[in-house]
Amino acid sequence: MSRRMTRKQKRLAVILGGMSFILVAVLLVMFAFSQSVAYFFMPSDLQKAAVQPGTRIRLGGLVEEGSVKRGAGSTVSFHVTDGGASVPVTYTGILPDLFREGQGVVTEGAFDGSHAFVADSVLAKHDENYMPKEVADGLKKKGVWKEGEGAKP
Amino acid sequence: MIIEIGHYALVLALATGFLLSVLPLMGARRGDAALMAFAPVGSVVQFVLVAFAFGVLTWAYAVSDFSVLNVWDNSHSLMPMIYKVSGVWGNHEGSMLLWLLILTLFSAMVALFGRNLPDTLRATVLSVQAWITVAFLLFILLTSNPFLRLDPAPAEGQDLNPVLQDFGLAIHPPLLYLGYVGFSVCFSFAVAALIEGRIDAAWARWVRPWTLAAWTFLTAGIAMGSYWAYYELGWGGWWFWDPVENASFMPWLAGTALLHSALVMEKREALKIWTVLLAIMTFSLSLLGTFLVRSGVLTSVHAFATDPSRGIFILAILTFFIGGAFVLFAWRAPTLKSGGLFAPISREGALVLNNLILTVSTATVLTGTLYPLVLETLTGEKISVGAPFFNLTFGLLMIPLLLAVPFGPLLAWKRGDLLGALQRLYVAAGLALAAGFGLLYAQSGGPVVAALGLAIGFYLVFGALADLWYRANFGKLSFKVAFARLKGLPRSAFGTALAHLGLGVTVLGIVAVTTFQTEHVVEMRQGETAEAGGYTLLFDGMREAVGPNFTEERGHFTVSRGGVAIADVWSSKRLYTARRMPTTEAGILSFGASQLYVSLGDHMEDGGLVVRIWWKPFILCIWGGAVIMMIGGFVSLSDRRLRVGAPSRRAKLAKVALEPAE
Repeated sequence: MSRRMTRKQKRLAVILGGMSFILVAVLLVMFAFSQSVAYFFMPSDLQKAAVQPGTRIRLGGLVEEGSVKRGAGSTVSFHVTDGGASVPVTYTGILPDLFREGQGVVTEGAFDGSHAFVADSVLAKHDENYMPKEVADGLKKKGVWKEGEGAKP
Repeated sequence: MIIEIGHYALVLALATGFLLSVLPLMGARRGDAALMAFAPVGSVVQFVLVAFAFGVLTWAYAVSDFSVLNVWDNSHSLMPMIYKVSGVWGNHEGSMLLWLLILTLFSAMVALFGRNLPDTLRATVLSVQAWITVAFLLFILLTSNPFLRLDPAPAEGQDLNPVLQDFGLAIHPPLLYLGYVGFSVCFSFAVAALIEGRIDAAWARWVRPWTLAAWTFLTAGIAMGSYWAYYELGWGGWWFWDPVENASFMPWLAGTALLHSALVMEKREALKIWTVLLAIMTFSLSLLGTFLVRSGVLTSVHAFATDPSRGIFILAILTFFIGGAFVLFAWRAPTLKSGGLFAPISREGALVLNNLILTVSTATVLTGTLYPLVLETLTGEKISVGAPFFNLTFGLLMIPLLLAVPFGPLLAWKRGDLLGALQRLYVAAGLALAAGFGLLYAQSGGPVVAALGLAIGFYLVFGALADLWYRANFGKLSFKVAFARLKGLPRSAFGTALAHLGLGVTVLGIVAVTTFQTEHVVEMRQGETAEAGGYTLLFDGMREAVGPNFTEERGHFTVSRGGVAIADVWSSKRLYTARRMPTTEAGILSFGASQLYVSLGDHMEDGGLVVRIWWKPFILCIWGGAVIMMIGGFVSLSDRRLRVGAPSRRAKLAKVALEPAE
């Protein structure tokens, strides 16, 4: 860079440099949003709007009573329900401490070709009522779960 | 009775706060010394009152006084004393009281250490601090009173959330709050400068130590929180880009920018308006973090009992202070005289680049954190923005910053010599590349990108050392003379070098553990073995044990290498009896900076146990680097130049003259 730039040119160079960096950042953010944002669904939402296999989503609901089956190694399968519909889920790994039948769960992953949901994470974020916020809101909307019902075990 | 006195002390603190908000400010406007003199006295009184109230609540916890609702909700008579005491802030009400305690502590410190400030500035700053104090006192007294009573008093408490029953709770929140809330001082200084309509290099010199102190504590608090999450949650992760983590990370990023821009302002009288804006933004992000964490809009271990009225109250505080400060800024900033321009290739130019990248990355993190909340409010759609988003955006944006870091200290003020800096850094860069590829080879391979990532870490470390090397002029002068020069360097030079070196160590840890870690999920029965990181783990079986307020199943593993047993690891699953809540206590074994991490899963029907074993090479570098940054902060803080009250104008000039003139 030439040392003989005028004040005006210097100012322009600095401003242009800054602007282009911000532009790059904005494009990066938009690209990242298009790539890596996962939408939240409950089982009965999936009946209304089909999700393409391979699209990452979050699936939330209650772990259906009696549906938890342990397969080979540390693979576990269970059903997630919201009272309306039920979706089979498989997960390999260690389940969070608070994973229980009949209680709220949020899983993240994608459907494989055969309509089974393959989760790569099962979230253990709960409030004191063992109910993830998204699930509680969704169940409330569907009238399955009412305030105060998720009492402490 | 003592509980009611504690409550009353808070009310008195509120009354003091009201007086403090108005009187010193009036005094400063009218030039009334008596009114201004009330500011330091009032601030200390207020701190003493809040400290008393805090002491009362702590006492109630220590003696397990279950007639206090807050104690009953969050304590248990069988808990060890350390958890009883740290349980004071392991709940919503108590943690807000800790927030307030630290806020008033900072006001009192400004009152005590700010004797060299101009009277009007000190009075105005303390008044602005008092506005914040009043807002949070009202919040506590109206929506989150920790002193509510229960009648009749229950015999036993509900216990503290087991995840919080850990030594981490004793240190993470106080450190984090010292950082978070410490930025309030910068905010108050900025608002006071806007009210006074006057700002100069001296202002930056007064603000720098507070920024540095807050930044240092925030660094420690975030690192501690990350390590705590790592060993307590049992998932082996150390950063989840969880909105709650981002809430503390954003003020850190903005505070780092502020630290550097205040430097430009102090030395070159430039970037004045920008520094004021940055000071306001940094504390605004602290307030935003408090809102996100405390209002219950997010679910996490940090969200205690949620109550919508609290969220709205904090939102009101947030709007008032952020909105008010920005309006004041828009109104008054044009009256501040702005500094001159400077050459892009210079120390100040490098610091502007630092500010640009840091603020843009803060904005990126902010976008990712708030977008789901905004979208849900507007359309009801629920999305999650997770780690992939932040890794892609934040990760890429950080690369130019990391590459630029070693250049900053090597460039001279006013007009830097980029070629000269390059010549001084190419050895560091070459060594770093060699070290990066060497480490990749030693760890038996990996992608080339990983080697480049490691090289960036090494480059930061070597670059920081090179800075000291060239400042002392090793290589050109005889070793003895150069060493004497090294000893004579100002402490802030060591602070800078340590902070940048620490950053490099953290980057090394992050890249190394991401690239080289291995995870093994295995089903084990007693007597079976598993391999991880070159170590063999023999499962010796489970044992039952009973703790003070929990029962646990402990799995014992013998770790051996090359057939020789070298260590034992216990990993357990606990059940806390009062809340019937299970937790996982991972077994962790350190080998140098690397760790073996064992976490227990469920029992299988055939009698086996799912065990998850991670080999985490160099993971301790992540937090070790943060510790080095923190030490750098303290070393810098001990510099004469920054010692509040110490430097006279002449002493400062002499110091500047000592800096190498290139």
